[in-house]
Amino acid sequence: MSDRITRDEVVHVARLARLELGPDEIDAFTEQLARVLEHAADIESLDVDDVPPTSHPLPLVNVFRTDEVRASIDRREVLAQAPWAESDMFRVPPVLGEEP
Amino acid sequence: MSALDTAAAVRAGERSAVDILDEHLARIARRDGEIHAFNLVTEGLARSQAESVDAAVAEGRDPGPLAGVPVAVKDNTCTRGIPTTCSSRILEGWLPPYDATVIERLGSAGAIIIGKTNLDEFAMGSSTENSAFGPSRNPHDVTKVPGGSSGGSAAAVAAGFAPLAIGSDTGGSVRQPASLCGVVGVKPTYGVVSRYGLVAFASSLDQIGPFATSIADAAVLLEVIGGHDPRDSTSIPEPAPSLLDVLGRGVDGMRVGVITELAGGPGGVEGIAPDVVARTRQAVAALEAAGARVSEISVPSAILGLSAYYLIAPAEASSNLSRYDGVRYGLRVDAPTTGEMNIASRSAGFGDEVKRRIMLGTYALSAGYYDAFYGKALKVRTLIMRDFAAAYEQVDVLVSPTSPTTAFGFGDKTADPMAMYVNDVCTIPSNLSGHPAISIPFGVGDDGMPIGVQILGPAQSEPTIFTVATVLEDVAAKGGAQ
Amino acid sequence: MSWSIEPTLPEGWELVVGLEVHVELSTATKLFCGCANRFGSEPNTNICPVCLGLPGSLPVINGTAVKYAMQLGRALLCDVKPAVMARKNYFYPDMPKDYQTTQYEQPTNSDGEVVLPDGFTVGIERAHIEEDTGKSTHIGGGGRINEAIYSLVDYNRAGVPLIEIVSRPCLDTIDHAKAYVSGLRDILLAIGVSDARMEEGSMRVDANVSVRPVGSDELRTRCELKNINSIRSMARAIEYEARRQIDLYTSGERPRQETRHWDEAAGRSTPGRSKENLDDYRFFQEPDLVPLVPTAEEIAAIDAAMPALPAARRAALVEASSADADVVATLVERGQDALALAAIGRGADADKVVTRLRHDLAVDDFSKVSAESFAALIVMETSGDLTATQAKQVLAELVDSGGDPRSIAAERGFEAMHDDELADLVDRLIADNPDEWQRFVGGHEGDRKKMQGFFIGQIMRATKGQADGRAVADLLAQRGRSPANGSPGT
Ligand SMILES: [Mg+2]
Ligand SMILES: [Zn+2]
Repeated sequence: MSDRITRDEVVHVARLARLELGPDEIDAFTEQLARVLEHAADIESLDVDDVPPTSHPLPLVNVFRTDEVRASIDRREVLAQAPWAESDMFRVPPVLGEEP
Repeated sequence: MSALDTAAAVRAGERSAVDILDEHLARIARRDGEIHAFNLVTEGLARSQAESVDAAVAEGRDPGPLAGVPVAVKDNTCTRGIPTTCSSRILEGWLPPYDATVIERLGSAGAIIIGKTNLDEFAMGSSTENSAFGPSRNPHDVTKVPGGSSGGSAAAVAAGFAPLAIGSDTGGSVRQPASLCGVVGVKPTYGVVSRYGLVAFASSLDQIGPFATSIADAAVLLEVIGGHDPRDSTSIPEPAPSLLDVLGRGVDGMRVGVITELAGGPGGVEGIAPDVVARTRQAVAALEAAGARVSEISVPSAILGLSAYYLIAPAEASSNLSRYDGVRYGLRVDAPTTGEMNIASRSAGFGDEVKRRIMLGTYALSAGYYDAFYGKALKVRTLIMRDFAAAYEQVDVLVSPTSPTTAFGFGDKTADPMAMYVNDVCTIPSNLSGHPAISIPFGVGDDGMPIGVQILGPAQSEPTIFTVATVLEDVAAKGGAQ
Repeated sequence: MSWSIEPTLPEGWELVVGLEVHVELSTATKLFCGCANRFGSEPNTNICPVCLGLPGSLPVINGTAVKYAMQLGRALLCDVKPAVMARKNYFYPDMPKDYQTTQYEQPTNSDGEVVLPDGFTVGIERAHIEEDTGKSTHIGGGGRINEAIYSLVDYNRAGVPLIEIVSRPCLDTIDHAKAYVSGLRDILLAIGVSDARMEEGSMRVDANVSVRPVGSDELRTRCELKNINSIRSMARAIEYEARRQIDLYTSGERPRQETRHWDEAAGRSTPGRSKENLDDYRFFQEPDLVPLVPTAEEIAAIDAAMPALPAARRAALVEASSADADVVATLVERGQDALALAAIGRGADADKVVTRLRHDLAVDDFSKVSAESFAALIVMETSGDLTATQAKQVLAELVDSGGDPRSIAAERGFEAMHDDELADLVDRLIADNPDEWQRFVGGHEGDRKKMQGFFIGQIMRATKGQADGRAVADLLAQRGRSPANGSPGT
């Protein structure tokens, strides 16, 4: 097993990503992610301090929409897809914790 | 019959769109049980579309350039009121309330949406083995994978279920399955085809592209689906490229470079099969014979593309896939609190590969690792763009293999994710740079399975790469790829 | 402006407050889609694939929202720079994509300031563009989030354009915090980019509060207060929090960095549940949107069209009148600064202008008082053509019906009563009432006051109220000091 990523980090990342992993899955993911990160060592060691990042391949800027109201969609069509709708709203179990 | 011939016959009133549909439905009925190209055959929609095409012709109206042509659509493209699953349990049964832009454009062009094709879950994979609904099979040998992630679309075209198909290409997901199934596959310049309605995998890399059995068919499909869409901020504000009229220009005097690192050259990528390298070299020789000036071009950073891609794509994906939380649509697994419900739903709804990439991407973006991984990968992306820009100072197009090997067997590469990821090594650089590339079938490998050659060009060079591909298509048709 | 008495913190401690103010822009549509940006619609009626974050949907940014953001940026004296949108990743059912599209490392506006009426300058760190979330109704548990049985989500508000204005942690008193929020509100209303209604949630304030020993410049652990829904509630919440932290320090403990929920009814804050993914939002550039790059011409056009803002208006009036800061602030808040400047510009005495506006024009509607007539009125008063009492009466009529102050004075028979005329009257009255005069010059303080009232009353009766009481008092005092009448007031 590699020291690239620890089991604890995998557990932490799973929590951030809202995924639950069983003990076997944690082991498997720890190993598999380590292999991918191992491969990424080729870029990790590059000296690219002076290289600017590229987030996007397109040189476009300033793409705007005009502030004109367009028809919304029928809420029935959307609510029909909801796992649980009530009073024309989306029903969820209690929300614990506040909005950050 | 090609898509162009079919459309011509329908527009001329020589063939009925309904008859053409029925022929294709019959082929699907015969063989899709074995191939599993489709998640859903949309017979009802297809029939009503075919009937209105026939009605238009009867009334003397032109139904459009794809009149009566069945098109198979990858099941990560939203179709109003028709299940769009991304081959994931988490979206099983979801009925989008809207059509993707490409679906609208296909409809206006007279095309017939014949079905939704299978894919690796959320387009994450290179074999279609990651579909929650079972893998698709390669029509040339059903013990082999069709490639992926658009394996269902490639297989549908290769099996004759539809003359045309739509796929999406984030790291090679159109070109690699096209190569493995022996059909034409195109990854257009980023921004040429609207992404509106394409379920996102990695937004800065995703691009919708055509599958066809010929370059000309791929060209007409790209002309139909391409062009500016105000609903996609990253859509290039220009009309679709004009391709059909330039296909026959030839390559006389054109400068063609072989990417050394991807074609068996020194310091190159390991694991590119000798038969694949040989076919690539043969294709280059054919272009030289047709009048092109050929040279070896080094794109050193291309090798780094794989590492950069497997950080950038999962990072974007981890964010794009957060919305599958069981609140508004898709799978919900009940739990006492919303947070626990999110976890239960996502854990039950996503398959292993999707979870792996979400984990990888979350890690690459998380506090303390951003600079080392995601930030570094963005800089490598700059290096790749610079290397390509330098290369295109010297040549008009580049040539490489599409896939390192021909189609492989089921389960051959599923144990080790890295073994699977290496399949994308030749195709990934174009996604990182946003440049167009096309894969065209060019002979077969030692195992008799199809090999694809990839033509790459700078941004918006579709007319050029289609022209080069047409020359190779002619060579192959005349037996020059044997 | 409602000036209150600053609550005093225990000796030796001072406040350090930074405010994050979220403001909904009053655009017609949402930030990334064409759904109506409307308050109070039926649930889930202003929704579409984009603001519901449906798979495959893509955002296209509202050009007007971006323009409003830049206008606000310039009004806050910020640098307006090329910006990129970013994703802030966290799970929340109100947020359709489970990330918020916002600005992070490259916001549209940075490094600005707001100058408060007393001259205190509040540093603005940034004012960035972001989208609002939907709204949950918590069912059961009396509507309290942590005791609810379940929640219902309405996405009408999801995607409404917001500007988050982040001040530097530089507010040192509750009064400054209050003045800052109302100052921001004035600016927003002046440029017309938001209706800034705290009660409807179109302006929301979160307060980062810490305390430190007086004279220290350290920044101690802060707590973020949420659910503040009025300026008054903000003041209470900050005071409560400051006292809580001081109590902790005093008893040898330290506060934890946390988010706290202000309960207005109970008058206290309670800790929010700590979230497991706090502070790891995995920000990265939003790949579905392209950079926002304002041109120099755009910024110049925004500056050219910028209305005069409260701080500049106050500065102009101070310059023209040398009145006190709080008086000027009141006039600017009432919107009377333009009238004052115009009248002063027409030669009216600045002190008199400010006095009349401050005391005699505290009315909602003074639109009938033109600068010309107001200036004429003040000139009439200072030249002695009108007494103070008369001037006030004329002004009252100007407010009601407008018109020319000279004709109003003439109609009312307000004759010019010049100083010598009044002096004659006073001398005659002294001669006619020697006893009363003796009690005035020779009496003790009580008698003197009483007799002053007697003489002024007599004069008023004689002049039918047209004399200026203060002038009469001055004359009496002057006559009382003259040698002929002995030495008064001993
Ligand atoms: Mg914010
Ligand atoms: Zn909307």
